[in-house]
Amino acid sequence: MSDFLTSMGIILAMAGVTAFTRFAPFIFFGRGKEPAKWIKYLGRLLPPALMSVLIIYCISSVDFIGGSHGIPELICIAVAMGLHAWKGNVLLSIGVSTVLYMVLIQAVFV
Amino acid sequence: MINALKKSFKYTLPVLFGYIPLGFAFGIMLAAKGYGPEWAFFMSVIIFSGTGQYLICSLLAAGAAIPHVILITFLLHFRYFFYGLSMIDKYHKAGGIKWYMIFGLTDETYAILSTEKPPEGITRGAFYTAVTFMNHCYWIIGSVLGAVVGGILPFSTKGIEFVMTALFSVLVVEQWKAHKNHFPALIGFVLPIISLIILGSEHFLIPALLAVSVVLMCLRPVFEKEERL
Repeated sequence: MSDFLTSMGIILAMAGVTAFTRFAPFIFFGRGKEPAKWIKYLGRLLPPALMSVLIIYCISSVDFIGGSHGIPELICIAVAMGLHAWKGNVLLSIGVSTVLYMVLIQAVFV
Repeated sequence: MINALKKSFKYTLPVLFGYIPLGFAFGIMLAAKGYGPEWAFFMSVIIFSGTGQYLICSLLAAGAAIPHVILITFLLHFRYFFYGLSMIDKYHKAGGIKWYMIFGLTDETYAILSTEKPPEGITRGAFYTAVTFMNHCYWIIGSVLGAVVGGILPFSTKGIEFVMTALFSVLVVEQWKAHKNHFPALIGFVLPIISLIILGSEHFLIPALLAVSVVLMCLRPVFEKEERL
């Protein structure tokens, strides 16, 4: 846990930027005013790329050389993706993979 | 307004069943980092974003620097900008509490509002406002409950933070299904891994993001040509 001011700073920064990304199109592009073509292009192709980047970000502090070699993380990511490709149920995919992860790191890879 | 809430309620049911457990997981994760229900309430009111609030748990635990928070939030929520773009016309005609509706434009709210028509007897503005407001409430309730329960759970919640990785794994699959072009998803894996190996976990993110953006921009002529075919 960070101290009060640091916590508040982080929360307000995230709240501000989040609101900005939601308000920006309404502020900068009114009706009939189209954004530049390259912005639209990035809008189509960047989100799928960013989701992959964020998975790597999530496991970036995992030690792949020592410890459990990132095996629990890789297994559970595969389970989440596999289950979601198969069933397409968000809660099922997240729930099963997260519980499995908790069991793995608390009981198997201790 | 009561009438609008009643008539819009059934459209928000899928979100109710999603936000309560997802918000709950956020609350537990937050409690595990030492933050109580009052923090969960505050964040869910002013941020109102699942991906953002999952991420903030690790940022808070690490006491992350503000510029880092700003950058990663911007990239994470880049997609909201494009949700907004496609809603400009709809919201313009809607009236209602427009700025609140824009503030509450989450993935799930967007999914409802971009596909459903308002039920008979209420205006478009009232419908949009009611859906946004109810979704916001579900998210707040779920996260506060999670933070309360997370503080008193009799077993270890160690590993609950995987819920964020799981959420992104799900989003990768959804993006994979939604796009024919899988190149962005693939370089989204490859370039950060290379960057991580060379630079280490402290410094890999920004160069990785720059590399991904630059590669995509360089390939724009190729991909735009493909899309026209």
